Order: sequence, then structure tokens, then C-alpha cells
Amino acid sequence: MNSNGRVKPKIGVFKFASCDGCQLSLLDAEDELLPVAGAVDIAYFPEASRAMLKGPYDIGLVEGSITTHHDAERIQQVRRQCRMLITIGACATAGGIQALRNSQDVDEFVRVVYATPQYITTLKLSTPIAEHVPVDFELRGCPINKSHLVELITATLAGRKPNIPTYSVCLECKRRGNVCIAVGQGVACLGPVTEAGCGAICPSFNRGCYGCYGPMESPNTASLTNQFRILGQSDEQIARAFRGFNAWAWQFRKASEECQRP
Amino acid sequence: MSDTVHKSRTIQVDCLARVEGEGALFVKLKGDRVTDVKLKIFEPPRLFEAFLRGRHFSEAPDIAARICGICPIAYQMSAVHAIERALGVRVDPAVRLLRRLFYCGEWIESHALHVFMLHAPDFLGYPDAIQMARDRRDLVETGLRLKKIGNRIVTLMGGREIHPVSVAVGGFYRVPCEAELRTLAEDLKWALDASLATARVVAGFDFPDFEQDYEFVALSHPEEYPFNEGRLVSNRGLDINVTEYEDHFVEQHVKHSNALHSLIRVRGSYMVGPLARFNLNFAQLPEVAQQAARECGLAVPCRNPFRSIVVRAVETVFACWEALRIINTYERPARPRADVPVHAGIGSAATEAPRGTLYHRYSIDEQGLIRFAKIVPPTSQNQKRIEEDLWHFAGQLASRPTDEVTWKCEQAVRNYDPCISCATHFLRLQVERE
Repeated sequence: MNSNGRVKPKIGVFKFASCDGCQLSLLDAEDELLPVAGAVDIAYFPEASRAMLKGPYDIGLVEGSITTHHDAERIQQVRRQCRMLITIGACATAGGIQALRNSQDVDEFVRVVYATPQYITTLKLSTPIAEHVPVDFELRGCPINKSHLVELITATLAGRKPNIPTYSVCLECKRRGNVCIAVGQGVACLGPVTEAGCGAICPSFNRGCYGCYGPMESPNTASLTNQFRILGQSDEQIARAFRGFNAWAWQFRKASEECQRP
Repeated sequence: MSDTVHKSRTIQVDCLARVEGEGALFVKLKGDRVTDVKLKIFEPPRLFEAFLRGRHFSEAPDIAARICGICPIAYQMSAVHAIERALGVRVDPAVRLLRRLFYCGEWIESHALHVFMLHAPDFLGYPDAIQMARDRRDLVETGLRLKKIGNRIVTLMGGREIHPVSVAVGGFYRVPCEAELRTLAEDLKWALDASLATARVVAGFDFPDFEQDYEFVALSHPEEYPFNEGRLVSNRGLDINVTEYEDHFVEQHVKHSNALHSLIRVRGSYMVGPLARFNLNFAQLPEVAQQAARECGLAVPCRNPFRSIVVRAVETVFACWEALRIINTYERPARPRADVPVHAGIGSAATEAPRGTLYHRYSIDEQGLIRFAKIVPPTSQNQKRIEEDLWHFAGQLASRPTDEVTWKCEQAVRNYDPCISCATHFLRLQVERE
């Protein structure tokens, strides 16, 4: 119960294959953490608490991708326990960096890393949560922007649409007053096809965007591929650029495959 | 009570909390005898070493960072140093200093997270820092502010707290100017005082009477407390160049874990992390940190792993002091990064992540593509030692009720600040009484 005597909404935080960075964003919101914890009941958050309350939960935050049979079953249980399911980060929304296995021989990958491959069970594909269960909102980014997470929780509790951009990094970059790094310096930059949210930090640090927020709403990847060729990038380099932290997002997947067509 | 003395029990925690990543612990007790301990890492395999192959060396720092959201800088640092050695790149002394400052930010952020949010609640009897904040709001607020200051350094230098974007082979994509760094000074002065006060607070906690005869392993440098450079040394005579790492250390794959156990070839388990660094490098700590350690009753060697919380606080004192020293002497390098020649080569490096030594080795071909990658995270190296601690510690607790044994065993695991996401290439706790 909160001070108004109302029952506080219950939040659960669930992890699948990931680096923990996106759920850490909640703890990294140092100024908002205690007020948020006052407004909601953080009922299940193993990274932060050994008290693990049973569901159902009003909001489920899911980090990570599905890479094992066990996790494919677990996400079904998580979905059944959550009234609203929100996926956070590139792993949960696009399969993450571990989806680089999807176009490769995963058994060979396991043999490379582990001495006794028969001890390891893993699926051939690393897939986003939405390929397994209905998802109510996807928050992109590798990692997510913590202020977006706070906005998303606040909006969800207030019953309004969250104010999260769907346009490209270019708009944020212009707003920041950067001189275009692609035009000005001839640097290959994924900004035109990548969803905003990071604050255009890579161009602000003198490097091209590497697409960690995934494809924007309607990306013109074919045009950008041409531009990369004009800048002297080889098809292999362009394919690698799209095969990053959101390689399995279909727009980036298609763009990388088109570069490698004979 | 007599129940628990004679019966066999299995103590079990299915999802170990307040550690990074997923693991379980299984402890089997027969009376006061421990008959089995397994630290199970069920964090799914993510196969980084496999998909680094075929990527360009310039992509390695950003890809390797994604192994861990808590200590991405450690992964970036080990990656760039290994690649720079493979390609014969020498970095500007000012870049070297900036990399130490960057690491200070990660140590402050990571140690504050562990000391206040993950470990202190065990000593004060709370399930988490948020519950703890109801009675000890001052303590939690201090922790959050310290953490935020660590993150401020990282954000200033790298654009964001998690997976910062500025680290490049040869240096940085962008280096800050002197005035930008000076904006950190006031916060860091507060942080130095706050970490000194924190060391005194945590030194007053109740520590279980538990000591082990560890082999401590850490980097050691003659003039500095180690971050990115030094020889790899131990208290049992190990003293090697990092290039010899794989001659002395071996990784073992055990059935109950998706993480590999790392062992010293001739002697077995060992410990990396704050306790090891402190015991092997006390002389290189600045006077303010040495004095804080003495006031906290820390003597070298400290063999009680529960006191690692005090050592983390002392290392936070060091990191704040070092960060202030760097921003006071910093002069912006002429160029943010050195030219990097592209040719074939093999290079290895170890750096000190907040939770211990992190080893990388890369083989690069003539086009600059990675042909081979090997990564040994700190938690892989500590995993066997954590299990051994539990063999000894759980036996001491055998007369206690199951709930208490369970909580204390969890706490013993958290002494190591294990990062399971990293080690998968880890924790549910299960204590079984037979």
C-alpha cells in the first residue's frame, strides 16, 4: 500500500540471455530509484533482492533473448503471470548480439568455446521475446536509455502512451548541433536508419553510429548501402555493419543479406 | 535444533539473488559434514569467442563490452590492450592516464553498487537495499550518490554509463579537454570523503570467523595500484608476464556449469578480485587508502572473504583519490588515438576488472580480421574457489536452522561479487542435508 492507501502496482524483472546491462539501468537511475520504489512494489528483481514474491505482476520487464529450450518454456510462464509485458533492450527486442549465431553453425560455435560440447544445450537461433509471446511494448537499445525506462514505467502507471521516439538518430544529431560526420568526414554512419534514443552519442564522439538502437520505423537501408559503397566500403564491411547488436531485426537482416548476394 | 544436527538436509536456492546473471547453488549436508557443493551456472551460453571471429579488430571493444553490462569498460580495456600488443601500437602517455581515469569511474560505480546495494543488506539483515532504505535511508542515498559519481566519469568520457562508445584501439574516438575533467573535481572530493566514511561504517559490520589459505592472484605494478598494466603475481611465487598466462592457467569444463573453471595448472584454485589486489599491492596504495585500511583493522594478508566489503570501500577511496590526481595533472593529448597499422599478429592482455583479473587473447590476420579470441573472465577464475569456500563454511554452519544456512551461504557467494553474465561463457542456491 502507498500513502494514499491504494495498492501499489507490482513489478517483476525477468532475465533471459543478456549482459544484465538493461536491468542495471533501473539501478543506474540513481535519482529516481527510491521514488520509483516508493510508487511501485518491486516484487521480483533477483539482481537487486533476495525477496522474490510470486506473481501475478502488473508489469513485467523482460531482458534478454531466448536461446534455450528451458527459456522458451519459461517465457510462456512469465507471460501468463504479467498483465502487461514490456521487453527492454536489443536482446529482448531483436535477439541481441548472440543472434550472430543465427546465420552460422551453432554447434561449431559451441565447440569453439567449450571443451565438452555435450554438456551444453542451446537452440540454433537466438530470438526476440515477441517471436514467442505477445509483447505490449518494446523498448529498444543496447543498452536502453534509463530515462526512457522511467518514462515508460510512469506512462504505463498513468495509463498514457509513453513519449519514446521512433524517428532516426539523425534528428537527435541535428538537434545536438553536430556537423554530419558522414557528409563532413566521409565516415560510414548507421544514424539515418537507426532509431533515436541514445542522444546521438557516437557522432558526438567523432565516430559513426553503429546501430545499437536497431532499425527506425521505416529505414531506407538500400539507399544507405549505396552511400556506404560511395564512401568506399566493401560489401563485406557493409554486411558486418548491419550484423551488430540488432542483426536479427528483419530490416537489418535483409540489408546484410542483400550485400552478400552474388 | 537437534533436528538439524542429526538429519541430512539439502539447502537450496533456485535463483541466487543480488549477483549479476543467473546461477544456482547446491549444498548437501550430512549432520555437520558437507558432502557436496555445486555452483551451477545456468545463464545461457552466449558464445562470444566464436562470433568475434571474422570481425574487424576495431569492432572488438564494442562487441566484448556486451559480455557484461556491469563492467563493460574492463572488457573494452582488456580487448584494446591485447589488440594493441598484437599490432605493436604504443599509446600516448596522456591516453594511458585517461584509461586509468575511465577505469576509476567503473570501479567507483561497480564497487558502490556491490557494497551498498548487493552486499551490505546481508550484513544488516535486509533482503535488498530498497527495504534497507526504510531504516537506513542515509546509507542507501550515500551509495547511490557515490555510484552516480562513478557513472558521471564514465558518461563524461564515454557518452553513457553502460556500453560507453569512446574506446578505440590506439586510444579514444574523442578525448575530453582539461576544463571538462575539472567539472568532476567537486563531486570527487565529496566522493573521497564519502568513501572514507563508508569504509568506517562497513568495517563495523559483524564478520563471520572464517579464514582460508588462499592463493591470491592479481596484476602488480611497481609504482601504481594496478588497472591496465603489470606482471601477474601471486602470494605463492607466481610472477609472470601476461603473455605466459596460458602456460600457467588452464580452463576446465565441468558438467554442472555453463562457465568454465579456471585453475593454476600446478596448484588448482585461486582467488582474483579486491582481496587479492589489496594483499598483493598494499604498498602501491596512496597513504590515504593505506591509512583508511589500518583504521578499519585490515592487515595484509586479509584472508577473511567476508571482509572483502571493507576492501572494496578502501579501493573506492583509492579510485576517488586517483581520479582526482589524474584530473589535476591531465593535459589533453595532441591526438586522441595513435595510428594503427594493419597486419597479422597475436596479442594478449590482462586488466583489473572491479571483480578481478580479466584476460583476453586475439589472433588477427593480415586484413585486420579476428581469427581467434580467448576470454577468461574473473568469475570463471573464482568459481572453483567459491565452491571450496562453501565446503568449509557450510560445515561451520551445520548446527544452524536451514534458513540461516541458506542466507549465509548466499552471502559467502556474494563475497566474490560474481558476475555470471561474464562467466558464461552462473546462481540458484540449493543446500541439501542428506
